[in-house]
Amino acid sequence: MKTMSQHIVIAGKLSVLVVAMFGFGYLMVPIYNVLCDITGLNGKTSSVAAVAPQTSGEKSERRVIVEFVAVVNSSAAWTFEPVQRSMEVEPGKTYNASYNVKNLSSQPAVGQAVPSVAPSAAAKYFNKIECFCFTRQEFEANGSKEMPLVFFIEEDLPRSIDRVTLSYTYFDTGEKPVPASDS
Amino acid sequence: MSTATTEHHDHHDDHGPAYGWKRWLFTTNHKDIGTLYLLFSLVMFFIGGGMALIIRAELWQPGLQIVDPLFFNSMTTMHALVMIFGVVMPAFVGLANWMIPMMIGGPDMALPRLNNWSFWIMPFAFLLLLSTLFMEGGGPAGGWTLYAPLSLQGGDSFAFVIFSIHFMGISSVMGSINIVATIFNMRAPGMTLMKMPLFVWTWLITAYLLIAVIPVLAGAVTMLLTDRYFGTSFFSAAGGGDPVMYQHIFWFFGHPEVYILILPAFGIMSSIIPTFARKPLFGYASMVYATASIAFLSFIVWAHHMFTVGMPLAGEMFFMFATMMISVPTGVKVFNWMATMWRGSMTFETPMLFAIGFLVMFTIGGLSGLMLAITPADIQYHDTYFVVAHFHYVLVPGAIYSIMAATYYWIPKWTGNMYDEKLGKIHFWISTIFLNVLFFPMHFVGLAGMPRRIPDYSLQFADWNMVASIGAFGFGFSQLIFAYVVIKCMKGGEKATDEVWEGADGLEWTVASPAPYHTFETPPTIK
Ligand code: HEM
Ligand SMILES: [Cu+2]
Repeated sequence: MKTMSQHIVIAGKLSVLVVAMFGFGYLMVPIYNVLCDITGLNGKTSSVAAVAPQTSGEKSERRVIVEFVAVVNSSAAWTFEPVQRSMEVEPGKTYNASYNVKNLSSQPAVGQAVPSVAPSAAAKYFNKIECFCFTRQEFEANGSKEMPLVFFIEEDLPRSIDRVTLSYTYFDTGEKPVPASDS
Repeated sequence: MSTATTEHHDHHDDHGPAYGWKRWLFTTNHKDIGTLYLLFSLVMFFIGGGMALIIRAELWQPGLQIVDPLFFNSMTTMHALVMIFGVVMPAFVGLANWMIPMMIGGPDMALPRLNNWSFWIMPFAFLLLLSTLFMEGGGPAGGWTLYAPLSLQGGDSFAFVIFSIHFMGISSVMGSINIVATIFNMRAPGMTLMKMPLFVWTWLITAYLLIAVIPVLAGAVTMLLTDRYFGTSFFSAAGGGDPVMYQHIFWFFGHPEVYILILPAFGIMSSIIPTFARKPLFGYASMVYATASIAFLSFIVWAHHMFTVGMPLAGEMFFMFATMMISVPTGVKVFNWMATMWRGSMTFETPMLFAIGFLVMFTIGGLSGLMLAITPADIQYHDTYFVVAHFHYVLVPGAIYSIMAATYYWIPKWTGNMYDEKLGKIHFWISTIFLNVLFFPMHFVGLAGMPRRIPDYSLQFADWNMVASIGAFGFGFSQLIFAYVVIKCMKGGEKATDEVWEGADGLEWTVASPAPYHTFETPPTIK
């Protein structure tokens, strides 16, 4: 049998653990993001522009099919479609593709595309030199745009992968475009 | 309370409980608080059960008959939250309050005032949770796991749901801190750790699990809250977040949580089975180590709930094998209980019937768990009724039966009266028959592809669903027998002896029946 102060000591130590575990819950957020960046887990691709590849110059017979998918987040009033459904690409070479977006609402709106690559093992070999997904786009009421994408697939892409799907989900950010003239 | 106590601090005089409602509101006595927790849990059991019957009534036939789909979904969500946080956890805490001080020869819990708070937060939290059903937009309907983004798309009652979960969490964490402090500081001299009854051991480990994972749940739901109302985007891809991350954080809490719901049950089994087999528990030390390794492993298997989110192959393999590894220590326990019964002179009073029912049917649930752990198979089974069958077999004849077994086993000590043995046995048999009628067919419809959390279903599942609904109503109403037996026993009955059970071993059986308001004010001597 011990005294009250000894109970308080244990309770104090355990409370520190409680606070630490609450913090750990939040720490899982950066841990998860770092893991995804390193491994491409979850199909997350880098959101920073890549530099154009240095090709070895050797001719390669290898071809990979890239499929383009577009999804509009359910709560947004847009049409969003790839201009090309799929492409046959040679790893190491740079290609251009594009997507069409239209704002269906009668209000100006701001949209943002979020990319994802499947299979997730391919994500870290999929590089975008230029992508509309790096920034937000502002639209007039009923405005539309064709948005460009420049990408290449690294030559190190595992041999087992011969088909890569690039999917974009389009979100309404809920913001209002900033008028370009005044302010 | 009386001035006499303040005058000589270390010497409690023989004052009994205060009178009237104030006794219950202000009590710091571990037995009173244990009783409050247990009665609260019993009330919530019928509320959660009522919700289950609404679900099964709607599923009686294909098509939408009784409730609208949104309400149906909030029933499945609420049923789970009530049963997990309002029934199983408080019942275990109630048993811990009643039994742990008596089992270790201590006079009370280490932090009695904290104990009072832990309990009284609970009714408040559940009032808040249940009130959301009457708010505009209805209660939470996105499943008890509150997956983002779905859970963020419901009505504004969402904030109340989050707050009530915070309060439940605070209550559990305070209760757990108290239990750890009690076990470390209040043991009678000579009660070494390796002499503690297994119920105390399993609760010690459970308390650590709770302290480790409840704050993670609190963090996850706080992120939901800020995502919804304060413009953060932890789980929204538009703002750079990721909804799959919610599942990782949730299940990092969620899988240890399912062990929180079963480890104390293992402790109860380890008390009851030796008593009625009249043999000491087989493999005490291995039971302790098995419990500890289950607790440890429970932290590294969470993604078996997420085999279908598209993890890399290596991840799926890791979580598959880690999950299967948990069945090893679990198997050790089941074998130890069987070895305890082997060649014992067994009798089959109600607590033992429930214990044996636990052993058989919990194992069925463990086996379906093992099937779900096989990644390629789980891709078929995930989110079907097969999963529903799995967790109901581990939770109903598992956790719930252990609580009922514990009630029948210790209620003579609590009230001083024997319960009605005949009714107890009837309760066991009726429950067990209907329980299997209720849950076994879920395996069939699940394997055939019936999705879970759906108010309507394809015609091919109709027959087995009707069977399950018959089982549900049978099981539900047979619990009225349990309530009747408990109330009857509280009111009176044949007087219980101090030892109560012929083969019982443990300090709780050395005090009078009913247990006096204060026990072990002077520590007992431990052999
Ligand atoms: C042998 C031990 C066990 C194994 C191998 C196991 C395995 C699994 C797996 C793989 C799942 C995920 C199924 C899916 O969603 O596709 C699952 C779900 C579940 N298990 Fe177990 N389990 C075991 C024991 C337990 C115990 C002891 C409990 C609780 C007392 C439990 C409660 C649950 C619950 C509540 C779910 C469903 C959670 C949800 O999605 O709502 N399991 N189990
Ligand atoms: Cu699990």
